[in-house]
Amino acid sequence: MKIIVLGAGKVGKTLIKHMSNEDHDIIVVDQNATKVEEVVNQFDVIGVVGNGGSYDILMEAGAEDANLIICVTASDELNILAGLMAKKMGTRHTIARVRNPDYSSQRDFMRNQLGFSMIINPELEAASEIRRVLSFPSAVKVDTFSRGKVELAEFFVEDHSRLNGVELSQLHKITKTNILVCAVSHNEDVIIPDGNYVIKPGDHLYITGTHRDLSRFCLDIGVITTRIKNVIIIGGGKIAYYLSKQLSTQGIKVKIIEKDKNRCQVLAEKLPYVTIIHGDGSDDELLNEEGIENCDAVLALTGLDEENIVLSLSAKSLYHKKTIAKVTRMNYTGLSDVLKVDSIVAPKKIVASQIIRYVRAKMNKDNDSSVKTLYKIVDGEVEAIEFKVTEQFKYLHKTLNEMKIKEHVLVAAIIRDNEVIVPKGNTTMELNDYVIIVSRGEIMKSLNDMLRG
Amino acid sequence: MNRRMIVFAIGKLLSMTGLLLFIPVLISFIYHESQGLYFGIVGVILLLIGFLVSRKVPKKKNIYAREGFVIVALSWILVSAFSAIPYVLSGEIPHYIDAFFEMVSGFTTTGSSILTNVEAMSHTGLFWRSFTHWIGGMGILVFVIAFIPIASGRSMHILKAEVPGPVVGKLVSKVRATARILYVIYAALTVIEMILLLLGGMPLFDSILNAFGTAGTGGFAIKNASIAAYNSAYFDVVITIFMILFGINFNLFYFILIGKVKDALRSEELHYYLGIIALCIIVITCNVLPMYKNVLEALRYAGFTVASTITTTGFVVVDYGKWPLLSQMIILVLTFVGASSGSTGGGIKISRIVMYFKSARKELRKALHPHSVQTVEFENQPIDGNVISSIQGYLVIYLIIFVVSLLILSCYKIDFTSAFSAVATCLNNVGPGMNVVGPVGNFSSLSDISKLVLSFDMLAGRLEIFPMLLLFAPSSWRK
Repeated sequence: MKIIVLGAGKVGKTLIKHMSNEDHDIIVVDQNATKVEEVVNQFDVIGVVGNGGSYDILMEAGAEDANLIICVTASDELNILAGLMAKKMGTRHTIARVRNPDYSSQRDFMRNQLGFSMIINPELEAASEIRRVLSFPSAVKVDTFSRGKVELAEFFVEDHSRLNGVELSQLHKITKTNILVCAVSHNEDVIIPDGNYVIKPGDHLYITGTHRDLSRFCLDIGVITTRIKNVIIIGGGKIAYYLSKQLSTQGIKVKIIEKDKNRCQVLAEKLPYVTIIHGDGSDDELLNEEGIENCDAVLALTGLDEENIVLSLSAKSLYHKKTIAKVTRMNYTGLSDVLKVDSIVAPKKIVASQIIRYVRAKMNKDNDSSVKTLYKIVDGEVEAIEFKVTEQFKYLHKTLNEMKIKEHVLVAAIIRDNEVIVPKGNTTMELNDYVIIVSRGEIMKSLNDMLRG
Repeated sequence: MNRRMIVFAIGKLLSMTGLLLFIPVLISFIYHESQGLYFGIVGVILLLIGFLVSRKVPKKKNIYAREGFVIVALSWILVSAFSAIPYVLSGEIPHYIDAFFEMVSGFTTTGSSILTNVEAMSHTGLFWRSFTHWIGGMGILVFVIAFIPIASGRSMHILKAEVPGPVVGKLVSKVRATARILYVIYAALTVIEMILLLLGGMPLFDSILNAFGTAGTGGFAIKNASIAAYNSAYFDVVITIFMILFGINFNLFYFILIGKVKDALRSEELHYYLGIIALCIIVITCNVLPMYKNVLEALRYAGFTVASTITTTGFVVVDYGKWPLLSQMIILVLTFVGASSGSTGGGIKISRIVMYFKSARKELRKALHPHSVQTVEFENQPIDGNVISSIQGYLVIYLIIFVVSLLILSCYKIDFTSAFSAVATCLNNVGPGMNVVGPVGNFSSLSDISKLVLSFDMLAGRLEIFPMLLLFAPSSWRK
């Protein structure tokens, strides 16, 4: 597929990193020549230097016959303009990143009338992700499949956890729930475990199951699942705005601490049901005054990565609160283990993985069993993909034991008629089932890719 | 420094070279010669070494500019060193340093030879000698990249270190596809030339080898008198045209292929390249006119020699040592100019020369108007200050290497013209020099040390100096 990526910033680079391995022709366009050169040296792509909103540059990048243009420059307006132009010039699909809340209400109009395939708002996506994480106290991260029927949660095994030293095949002795451990990562290594795997402290377990089963699992392994009732958000940026809106509808009390007086004013106007505090979030006195000891979670969402990390560290160690830190720089996202911060949320990473998911789904929508959802977990090394079983699947009506499944590939869940089945050896795959596959190092374009030979 | 990745890439390269060594084995079957055996042995050894070394795929596949430089420099030295062995084993070139010189000269498409009697060589030996021109012309590693994925996305660093020219770009987004396109164009042009030579009545074996020699802009002759041995105006014209074609940036051929003929013809470098050729041919033709029967004959010899020198091929149709001094000096100057960037030719490259002149003109203007703000433009694009300072640095290092080599050569019994032209011809990958190493002479009389120095110069010239220097710089190996 021929893909034009407009903007060689952090998101652009992540997109290119993942897509250049997947046999796409990628053209990267940026005004900054050094940035373009950097990307061209690092990845197998071609670069064009210039303003992506200009006809000539888009022509040079080959917008006439491109399949997709992804506009992720820093400017919303440029993204929209370039997307519109490319569409008129002949590019089949357009994706634009638009982050200004003023435009967020016209997403549908842009999609339906202006012909954008996807309008993505990183702050909104980050807010949704934080909301999901909050609903699971101990899970570091939660992704959903099949409109929320199946969830994929990441658990961190603490030093004194009851799971330590337990073989996966013996897991049912501790918990009676219907769950499946589909991947384990320890430091940098990732494996797709079999029944003999013994859980060690420091492991990250990736578990699939229904929401109910996963909550039960939390109880069974002794993780306290107090419902989050009130949160403190430090930093009143766009994420804080979207998030407080979402949380308030769930009845969670939100307090935003923001340094800038004018911003406080704006927030107070837009979010009448939220308590807005004007002050410095790193001030201990202020935090105590605002009752940090009584809140359930502290979310550090300021504009500075370092401040966010330090804030959530102190909240974690001093007050033992659940903490989530927002970081912008991708290379900090791996630090959550070392730092013992509960979660790190990287808006740019979320955007990148959503776009990649879209690209993958577009790639073979026309032929056979298409990708419905895709998550990259463990820094993109492992993928969890949802497929729909179609007639093209070679082992229709056969049991899993009969299929020759590749190494490092696991069938994590099957959804049949709204019911979730945790697969065993004698489970079959039927037409119109939704199947969730976890794989490492394999590029899965269709369901048949999981089969050997 | 990702040493594992360097070893891995070189392992892949050695296996590829091992495979290529079986082509001369085939030739020896056709001509019932025994020399193929030795090529076969070395080929098997290389395959084994390559297999053992690159058996394990390194975990970290990241390579950066310096790994690229080291991989390229080491590869060229190793490939030359290994492919010299069959000649020593078979006794065709008994002295190893001679064989090494010959192979370096082959791969770097220089075409300087230590053989006193080329016609005494076996078909097998001759074939491999000319084949190295063909492979070396577009680049050994470019060839490897076209077939085997080495450093996934980061092969660009290797391509940059190997393909000549101040700025290297890709034709399409994938390095592998780019490498393939380049080789397809290259092979197609070679085949066309071969057919044209065949049609003119040249024997098949000769036309293949001469096409290899022209394509790589190498210039290894398979007759003692080089192309002059055929004494045919048709061959001279065909080879002249193809030498000029192979001295053009290959990107332009690609543009023509995809229908952007206008863009290709608008290339500023192409205009200068053809302009310089035309001008030199006219001047030399006028200069040598009294020596020949008519204008056409003078034009034929002048044209061939100019094309052969500026593209750094080094085929010979006439002993230009007998020409008037002006013509000889023009030829010597052309040695330095070289062909277009992104072609198979050597030398300083037209693009650099043009940029030198333009930035010099800018400095002159600056002297008149000290406060003026100016940009240097090339190919209708303003040139980045970095590029200018890097090409200026290139010239300085080039001159230093030239002087040092000249000093070392002059330690041995040799006259000035020979020593000067030997270094010039090797550093620019041309082939023949003047006097002892002139069009009718060869390099066999030089001392071993001189041959090694010249081998270094040839590699430095082909790889545009930096890879060779960085290979020997301790700082590039430090962790």
